[in-house]
Amino acid sequence: MSLFCTFTVDRFFFGVAVGQVQEVIRHQAMSRVPLARPEVRGLINLRGQIITAIDLRRRLGLPAGPEGARNMNVLIKTPDGAISLLVDQIEDVLEVSAESIELPPETLQGDVRELITGACKLKDRLLLLLDTGKTIDLPA
Amino acid sequence: MNDDSQQQVIQQQLIKDMLMESLEGLDRFDRELVALEKGEAEADTMNDIFRVIHTMKGTAGCIGLQRIEMVAHAGENVLSLLREGKLSIHPELISTLLALSDALREILRVLEQTGHDGGDADYSALLERLRKCQSLPSAPVAQPSIENTAFGLFDDDPGAHSPEVAKPVAAAPSSASSAQVTSVSEASAPGAPSGKPGVSESAIRVDVVQLDKLMNLVGELVLARNQIVEFTSQAENTALVQAAQRLNIITTELQEGVMKTRMQPISNIWSKLPRIVRDVAQELGKEVELVMEGQSTELDRTVIESIKDPLIHIIRNSIDHGIEAPDRRRAAGKAEKGLLHLRAFHEGGQVNIEVIDDGKGIDLAKVKSKALDAGMVTPDQLSRMTDREALNLIFLPGLSTADQVTAVSGRGVGMDVVRTNIEKIGGSVDIQTTLGEGTTLRIKIPLTLAIIPALVITTCGERFAIPQVSLVELVRLEGEQALKGIEHVFGAPVYRLRGKLLPLVCLDAVLHLERSSSQSADNNVANIIVLKAGEQQFGLIVDAVNDTQEIVVKPLGKHLKGLPVFAGATIMGDGMVALILDVFGLAQHAHVVSQSGKNELSESAGTATKAGAAIRQSLLLFSLGASHRFALPLSSVGRLEKFPSSQVEREGDREVVQYREQIMPLVRLANVLGGTDAANGELPVVVYTVNHRNFGLVVGRIDDIVEETVVLQNEQHRSGILGSSVIQGRVTEMIDVGAIISNQALAS
Repeated sequence: MSLFCTFTVDRFFFGVAVGQVQEVIRHQAMSRVPLARPEVRGLINLRGQIITAIDLRRRLGLPAGPEGARNMNVLIKTPDGAISLLVDQIEDVLEVSAESIELPPETLQGDVRELITGACKLKDRLLLLLDTGKTIDLPA
Repeated sequence: MNDDSQQQVIQQQLIKDMLMESLEGLDRFDRELVALEKGEAEADTMNDIFRVIHTMKGTAGCIGLQRIEMVAHAGENVLSLLREGKLSIHPELISTLLALSDALREILRVLEQTGHDGGDADYSALLERLRKCQSLPSAPVAQPSIENTAFGLFDDDPGAHSPEVAKPVAAAPSSASSAQVTSVSEASAPGAPSGKPGVSESAIRVDVVQLDKLMNLVGELVLARNQIVEFTSQAENTALVQAAQRLNIITTELQEGVMKTRMQPISNIWSKLPRIVRDVAQELGKEVELVMEGQSTELDRTVIESIKDPLIHIIRNSIDHGIEAPDRRRAAGKAEKGLLHLRAFHEGGQVNIEVIDDGKGIDLAKVKSKALDAGMVTPDQLSRMTDREALNLIFLPGLSTADQVTAVSGRGVGMDVVRTNIEKIGGSVDIQTTLGEGTTLRIKIPLTLAIIPALVITTCGERFAIPQVSLVELVRLEGEQALKGIEHVFGAPVYRLRGKLLPLVCLDAVLHLERSSSQSADNNVANIIVLKAGEQQFGLIVDAVNDTQEIVVKPLGKHLKGLPVFAGATIMGDGMVALILDVFGLAQHAHVVSQSGKNELSESAGTATKAGAAIRQSLLLFSLGASHRFALPLSSVGRLEKFPSSQVEREGDREVVQYREQIMPLVRLANVLGGTDAANGELPVVVYTVNHRNFGLVVGRIDDIVEETVVLQNEQHRSGILGSSVIQGRVTEMIDVGAIISNQALAS
């Protein structure tokens, strides 16, 4: 059994292994970074640490969210400090058995396929498991 | 935890302690050996040298590091003979012992990486060398003389201590004689016994990571303090206000205190120099005496790290290029031993480091001819350069004045890197030289990089911080001025700042910021921030100038490392993040300075043109008639003016206009170069100032201002033309303004 921190982005339901998550915080005021790549939405101040926030919608090639949406921050641990993934809604921490996890469907194509390591069959919906390392590593 | 793993932890801790102690000891070992060779050692030096190796051997034996034990043991044998006076100090002996120290360092490095002292390296050659040393001819050991040390290697800043204190401090040449040790010995000076203060009692080792963490926390505390002070400024509750004030004061003191713990005396890097100087001098067959002054001058750790390599490079250069071989020095009537003098001192919130040699100085004529041979400048440019400007040529990449390439230097890479590295941390390099007498190189660097004064500005609702070191002045234009003061030359904005054209950069345009309707720029006000990037100045147009603040510099994450326009980020009083602009990067991004910074060379208006083999520069393009296109460098232009032809008067056979209460001669370029200009209507005039006199060049029609890398083809000997080049797809002739004006000046 493994624990996943889950959240929604657009109409999808994602999960990240809890061990990779430093913390989850509410919407934060953000400073834009001019000239930065489009996935980088801005910088937030987390108790004095400056954290880069990555727009997960953009990273996954999903349509932009509604104007003025208050994104939540899922902070992912990295050796050089945390990186924030901006998501729509935070959901529960779920316990999932290994048997219920399958490889992502072959029909899933494109860049996103690289980022999703598996799909977990929940009772009413699919939980897509995100490879945080690759998600944070923006393509050059 | 079981016994085995506990043992392992203890072993690791022992190795860590030994590494730290041994590396420190070896630095001291090197330094003292070199002193010993010079006969400048103190009475205790010999013992200390012996002790370093002896201790290493003992510790290594204790924790089962046999290889270190073996090598150290061989060294100890030689040292003990030396200590007993059975061996004399001999260059070969010293070199062997230095090789021993290198070998031990190498083993320690392996130990640090792998946790054991195995390694594949074979030290039998070294052991053999050490064994041979034991049978070197014996002679009386040079008597260590105390007098020499009074102003020698270990001379601490003499002014900083009273004479009786200076001795114990100077006598503790361990690199641990840091600020804490010094201050303790000072405090206990009256009536204190003259023995060394025990380092272990007055100082403790602290992991640097721990200090950095503390510094970060203090930075956060400063920000929290700023917020609280902001909130309480409107509060009614006096008790709260008082508490906030106390917090304010304590935080400031804490910040200063923690900053101090990160300060290190410059001797931490200087202590390696005697060895480097010795090695380089020996390699080149030169004799060099190194004098260091102001060793206790303190700098922030990060700054110390970043000047280490440039400093070593400068010193190698001084010995190689500066100081002559002994026979040449004798012929020149100098002492055979060259003097290399290092001085460090605080001045105006900055640290100054001077490297002074009494060598042959820099031969300006040689620098010039080398630069010419390498095609970096044209003869014409050279003839107009001031000595100072010509001297600055040595900072160009690829220029070396050495006749021969040696292992030490002369490849022409280096001084440009030195300058770049020092400028990167907000410092500057200045050079002075007198032919035959020596060279002085002066480095100025900030005390710390962690907390810097900055100007906070706003554009399009975004706040940015600009480091104060790059700031020259602020210009605010209002009303009429705001509309007319900024002129556009085909889209390139310029401002006339005290008669010189200042290229302008709009921050919103450079950063591609979008202006929402509520942030529409106030057209009645223009804020120009005059900044310097290297020696080039430019104006940055921003919406508003907020205030100056001490900001805590924080690095940007890896996703943003590639953006040259930002130097980092900081947190403002309201908790929001603001980006710190990298002025040099911004200037490059906006093409104010070229990538290589080559067009920083010229400063004076007298240096009229800088057309070189391939130098990127801003050019004013104009035409005389339909087919003749010309260019002249914008940097040397004083002003652009228009005069109605009715204002043109005659003085003798020259045309003149009244300009700023002077009679300014006009030169019709059409007459000099061929082509036609508008005889009537308005005359576009480019004004040059040479020796406080104005000259006006009447150009036919101003076409454009461009930035181009000019490669001159068919250099001509036609008067007034440097050569031609293709700019914007048209053949364009490059004007030699200097020649035209000097002809004109001669004629008058």
